Order: sequence, then C-alpha cells, then structure tokens
Amino acid sequence: MKGLLLACAALIAAPAAAETIAITGGTVAIGDGSAPIEGGTVVIRDGRVVAAGSGVAVPADARRIDATGKWVTPGIFAGFTRIGLVEVDGVDQTNDSRARTAPFSAAIDVAPAVNPRTSAITVSRAHGVTRAIVAPATGPGMFAGQGAVIDMGADMDAVTRPRAFQFVELGEDGAASAGGSRGAAHTYLRNALNSARDYARNPAGYGGRDNTALFNRTDAAALVPVVTGKVPLLAHVERGSDILAALALRKDFPELKLVLVGVSEGWTVAPQIAAAGVPVIASALNDLPAAFETLAATQSNIGRMVKAGVKVGIGMIGDNDTRQARQELQYAGNLVALAKLPGAAGLSWAQALAAITSGPAEAIGLGGEYGSLRPGRHADVVVWSGDPLELSSAAEAVFIDGVQQPTVTRQQRLRDRYATPGEGALPKAYDR
Amino acid sequence: MVFNKRFAVLLATSLLAACANGEAPKAAAATPPPSKPAFSADPYPSTYKPYPGVPTLVTGVTIYDGEGGRIDDGQILFADGKVVALGQSVDAPAGATRIDGAGKWVTPGVIDIHSHLGVYPSPSVRAHSDGNEATAPVRAEVWAEHSVWPQDPGFSRALANGGVTTLQILPGSADLMGGRSVVLKNVYARTVQGMKFPGAPYGLKMACGENPKRVFGSRNQMPSTRMGNMAVDRQTWAKAAEYKRKWDKYNKSGGEMPARDLQMETLAGVLAGEILIQNHCYRADEMANVIDMAKEFGYKVTAFHHAVEAYKIADLLKANDVCAAVWADWWGFKMESYDAIDENLALLQNAGACAMIHSDDENGIQRLNQEVAKALAAGRRMGLTIPDELAWTWLAINPAKALGIADRTGSLKPGKEADVVLWNGDPLSVYSRPEKVWVDGALLYDSSDPKRRPVSDFELGQPGEGDVK
Repeated sequence: MKGLLLACAALIAAPAAAETIAITGGTVAIGDGSAPIEGGTVVIRDGRVVAAGSGVAVPADARRIDATGKWVTPGIFAGFTRIGLVEVDGVDQTNDSRARTAPFSAAIDVAPAVNPRTSAITVSRAHGVTRAIVAPATGPGMFAGQGAVIDMGADMDAVTRPRAFQFVELGEDGAASAGGSRGAAHTYLRNALNSARDYARNPAGYGGRDNTALFNRTDAAALVPVVTGKVPLLAHVERGSDILAALALRKDFPELKLVLVGVSEGWTVAPQIAAAGVPVIASALNDLPAAFETLAATQSNIGRMVKAGVKVGIGMIGDNDTRQARQELQYAGNLVALAKLPGAAGLSWAQALAAITSGPAEAIGLGGEYGSLRPGRHADVVVWSGDPLELSSAAEAVFIDGVQQPTVTRQQRLRDRYATPGEGALPKAYDR
Repeated sequence: MVFNKRFAVLLATSLLAACANGEAPKAAAATPPPSKPAFSADPYPSTYKPYPGVPTLVTGVTIYDGEGGRIDDGQILFADGKVVALGQSVDAPAGATRIDGAGKWVTPGVIDIHSHLGVYPSPSVRAHSDGNEATAPVRAEVWAEHSVWPQDPGFSRALANGGVTTLQILPGSADLMGGRSVVLKNVYARTVQGMKFPGAPYGLKMACGENPKRVFGSRNQMPSTRMGNMAVDRQTWAKAAEYKRKWDKYNKSGGEMPARDLQMETLAGVLAGEILIQNHCYRADEMANVIDMAKEFGYKVTAFHHAVEAYKIADLLKANDVCAAVWADWWGFKMESYDAIDENLALLQNAGACAMIHSDDENGIQRLNQEVAKALAAGRRMGLTIPDELAWTWLAINPAKALGIADRTGSLKPGKEADVVLWNGDPLSVYSRPEKVWVDGALLYDSSDPKRRPVSDFELGQPGEGDVK
C-alpha cells in the first residue's frame, strides 16, 4: 500500500506552469470539421490557442516542439462519460456514479465526487483525452442529477464547469424509474419541470404542491436552471418515438435546452431532430437490437444524422463510461471506415474528429471555449505519433490549458516491472 | 453426424469401452462388459453441412496465413470447401471465379474462443438470459448448446463486421464449473445442431475468482472465498475421479452398470482428456493455483480466459503449455481486473506463450482485428518486435489450437476448411472492413451484395431489417 502511494505520488508530479509554445511542422487538424493542414503550426500562450494552421508566426519566446511527421489536434472532448467518479466499478466504495437509495435526484451534484487522481483520468489523459462530460447515473428517480465538465489534468482542480447540465433517463430506463411506463415517465418529467417553475416563482412558498413528495425543495431548485434554459437537459433516448416525445417537450417548456443522448434510432427521425436544432451525443457503433428500443440500430446512424443536418458528438453511453473514453478515437475511425462500405453512411475524417472534439463541446454549450484549435480556445492540444484515429497511433505530448501533462500510468509501471517474467535478484516488489 | 466422431471414439474408449477390440472379458464378472456404449457420447450431433461454393481465386492480394506466414502480391485458390493452394501464383481451374485483390488482404476467418452469442442474445431481455445456470457452484451438467438461440442477430454482425467464421459459446462465470461449451460455425441454421462445428471437442467452462465467490457467498453458500472456490473444485474433482474409476471398471470388467451422473460425466470427460478446460481466471496467483490443481487431479487446462495478469506469469504459462485468451484494453471494471495492461498479448507472445484475443462481448466480436491492432501497437511502443502476420495468429491458429480444431481451420493451408476473409484494406487498420467472408468455401457475406447479408428471424419485419449494420 505504501509502495502504491509512493508510486502514485510520482505519477502526479505537479505540471509545469503554462508557457508559450509553438508546435511546428505537424499535420494540424482544427477539430471543427475542416480538413487537416500539413506542415501547420499551433501556438499556445497563457493557456489558450493563439493560432493554428499554416503560415502561423512563431513567437520569439516560444518553446518550439517539432511535430514533423506527427499529427496535432485538440484533445479529445469525451462526449458522455462517468470518468473521475469511479476507481473500480465493482468496488462500491470507490464508485460514486450512482446513488441507489438517495433521498435526492435532480439535486445530486457530481462535482464534489470527482477525484482527479482516479486512474481513469490518468489513463484517459495518456491517450489524448483532455476533457469530458461527466454525468451521474440514475438512482431511484428518473433524474440522475447535475453533471460536470472536467479536465484530465494532473492537478487537483479537475472541474471545468460544475452543474453544467442535468441528466434524465427517458425510454426504457426512464419508464422503469417512473413506475413502469413511458407515460408515467413523461408525467413525472413534466411534474418535475412544473415544480421547478413553482419553486422559481416563490421559493419560500414551495412545498404547497400536492405531490411534493415526488419532488422536494432541493430537487426542484436544482431544476430551475433547466426549465429556464440556463443549463442543458441531457435526455437519454434511443427509440424513434422516444426521441420525438422528447423533442415535443419543448412545446410546453420552450426554454428547455435539450440535448439528446444515445439516440440509436436517430437516423429514422433525423429530419425532425435536425429541424428542432437539438444536438445529439450518440453512441458511435451500436448496431444490435440490444433492447427493443434499439431495433433499428446501425453504425450508419451518426453518418445519416449528420447528412440530415443534425449536430452530433460521440459519447460513451452505457459503454465503459467510467474509464474507456480513449476508445472514442477508435470509434471515430470506424465511422470513417464506413465510407468504403457499400450502402453505409459514415463520416469524413474531419467530421469524425469533430465528433470527438468540438461536437460534444458544442452540444454542452462550451464550443466557444473548448474542443477545437480555433483562436482563443483553451489550449487542450495533443501531439500524436500519426493519424490519431488509427489504431497504431499514440498520444506523445498532451497539453491541458496549455500545460504539458505527465502521461505515465500505473499500467505502464506494471508493464515495465513485468517486461521480463521471472524474479531477478530480488522479488518483483523491489523492482521499480 | 460427422460431429464428434473423434470425440465419440475417445469417450467410448476410456469411459464406456466397448471391448469391440476383442479383448476377452474377465471371467469373474457377474455380467460381461458391455458390448456397446451404454449411452451415446454424442446425443445432439452436428447437422451442419457446408453450403455450396464455387472455385475462387483471389489474386494480387496480401495474405496472412494465420500461422505467422505472409505472402505479398500473392494468390489463393479455394474450391470444394477447402483451401487448394496459395503462393505467389497458383494454377486455377478454368472457370474459377477470379477476384482482384489489389490493395486488399486475405486472412483465415476470425475465431473467437470466448463468446456468449446465443446464450445471452440480443435483445438482452430477461427471457433471453440463458448463460448462467448459477443455481449451484458446480453445474458441469449443463450444456451451452441447449441455451443457444440460433436467431441471435449478433451472429450476423460478427460475420459481416468481424469476419468471424468460428466461435466458442461458453456458459457464464457465475459457477465454478459452469457447463459445457459448444463450438459453432458462424452460419445461421434453424437449430443449434445445424451450427455445431463438426468434430470439435467440448469444453468445460470453469471460473476462478470474484464471480463464483460473490454469487454464492451472497447467498451464504460455499464458496464465499477464493479458498472456498478451490476447495469446492478439489472436492468435485475427487468425486469425478471416483466416478471415472467406476465406469472404467465397468467398461473393463462388466458388472452392474453404474448410475449415470451428467455432472460427473462431463468431469470424467475432462479427466479422460476429451473435454478441454476453458478457465475464466484473472489473477496470476489464481492461475498458478489452478495449474497445480490440474496436476493434482490429472487434467490439463487448455486456456485461461480473460487472464488479465497472464503477463505476470508468461513463463509459467509457457512451461505448462497453457494458452491465454485476453482482451486488448479492458481494465479496472472490477478488482481482479485492476492490473490489466494493454501490453498483455504482446508480452505473452514475447515470452513464447500461447496467446490469443477474445471478445466476451457482442460488440467486441465485431472488431477483434482492431483489438489485435491495439494490442500490437502497445507492444511495439514498448519495443517488442512482432510482425503483423504473426499477430494474426492471435485470432487464427492459436484459438483454433485451444479449441482442438487446428487440423481443420484457423489457417490457410492446403486441405484445410476454406474459412476465409477478404478485407477491403489492411485488416489491422481502423479503416478496413470485411469485404467478403467465406465459410467452408461458401460465400456467406458480400459487402456489395445485400442478398449475401444474413438477417435473423428476429430482425425480419423489424425497423432496419437488412440494413447495412
């Protein structure tokens, strides 16, 4: 245990302060859907991107990093995760993703639960993930609570934006939470939003509704920014009809800033989603009827939605969400592969990168600050050994807010210890 | 009916010996030894028949033969369900279908040694949950094939997106001894018998570690600890040895026929070397315990599955000729997976141990080539030199060996079954997909022909039927 603590201490050495950096000569992809630029330069100052592309002047005081033969992109902005809330999923004491018997629902705030020393943060960072949307999972009610946007930096200040959104389960899970039917779920949801309106009108007097047992003061207060459109409501829906029912909420709650999550059957109602202007954070490769609400699932889902004009980012919905956001790169690459498959709809390379960088950032309302290398964005930048969507490539340098990050993981320490099996002069426990 | 001929013979010899060799029965026996087996060793025989194919020549293609060999700009011919020839150039009969493979790759069909398709099918509703008997820690009497739903849509995705032509369906890991596995050809049929790989031996799924002790410990039953796991296993093996002795004696000397015990029958098959142990086990120390237990009772562990700490004991696995079937990068989801590393496969290969990829997942099975690519890249980053064509053994000949079917499939050698994938690019690239997949020489997936895309009964008439998935 002591050894582990020491090893951990070594891994979390404080990063260097933000500096002026010029990354030169690499293939630069901005992350906004534009084509990669060969021989580009990225300049970082005071934690922000100054400029990125070709013909960018290198400031005299900049530390130069030669990225010739390499690729430079914004860090991955993981679309929907539970990173930072869990060390080992199966060890309850380390798992803060869900409160099964909590007296609260919408009010639950993940921000104080985020542990920047979680292994999944270190591993994600080492694989080029720099920021993530972190949602709680639902306990007894449909509302999971207030999610955060966090960074993967090797410091104790992980939370970029606390209470950045509310997460609600609709569809099969929402129906189960609401008592057993989708009708009940929508009644529950509307009652909750109306409760929030009541609370907003008269906080001191709240509690007078007959059904306050369903929605206590604390939960109602937490939904006020949702019903007033100050923070997005992320709603998990998969089935075509559930998607339309979610979109219809905006008729009664016009301020609602809806973001659809999951959306396996999105392609079947893509024109309606596009017309609503509602962004989507979708699973990339779901192609099985894993549930009756995903009968029409196909890997072409995202490609078809994008072609229909839907704004789509990729998320890890129900998919190793606590630790494997690094796989979003592989997922994005798979969507590019669909271009060669007759009858399939995929993404261009640039669209695929955008789906794991600017796409999720924009969906959560932070596209102006994160998710691309446009001037002024926070300098979350990764230098890759090659095409970042390709399986053989690796992150070689990772910057968060312009600060170069350590990328050694506990897994690498184990790897090195056991590079040759068998004990040496002393037990393996002495080998580090 | 071809099914398990070898297996049936072996079993008859050791367990039910029929004295058909003319050996005289012992005079003292009250009842002479049985003249034929007391019961069928193959009561649910395979009815799989290869579908017809046409002689096919792929030219100008990069070939990984699945045993570590590689031919650039090569040719491969298969006909009558078998690989005929491969090389820089091969003679093809007039009229053979010729496919220009320029820029493409040919490999043997992918083999997944660890799948739950059919026993945990899609949609994963409770009514379909047939993978864990879990009503006692030893359920060696159950057979996965009696749970397999041949209409699982997952088979089609594994074929079309993953190039999977052979897969082993295992019971889950709730039990210490979870039951018999079944090896399938990835060809839809009305019955599971119609999918069974002819001649493939059975496996027995065993499990170490957290799952059995949690499942039964939470019911205040044994086992509730790892030492409990081992104790139940050992007591069960001791009982199985006694059962086998009774049947061996009966088969040799006659007398009253012992009672049949289906649980013990499977275990006796393991002790006789006819049923292969496929052992779910994560931690290095537990694998070492299991290896010793196998020696104690005289059986062999064919493969550890998941084996996330195999890299810690690669030398031990090699010395004991035990394979490891692993994921590329799954880690940390439970305590015993905490020390998983991305370099596991590459380190095993480097140590000369038998290594392979596996999916354990209806999505992962669609991308085993990509999982290998990730594991290979991790190995190379730490300086290990492993050629692409050698890495392909991780989803070809190595799983075939661990399934006991390496003489039939798992590589592109003349005379072997023509389980073949044509990839539309480098199969270790994220940008490549199967273009065509043949099983026993029959074209069962063609990306350019929607009619060569299987649609299970379940998906017929549903939204998205026949869509590119």
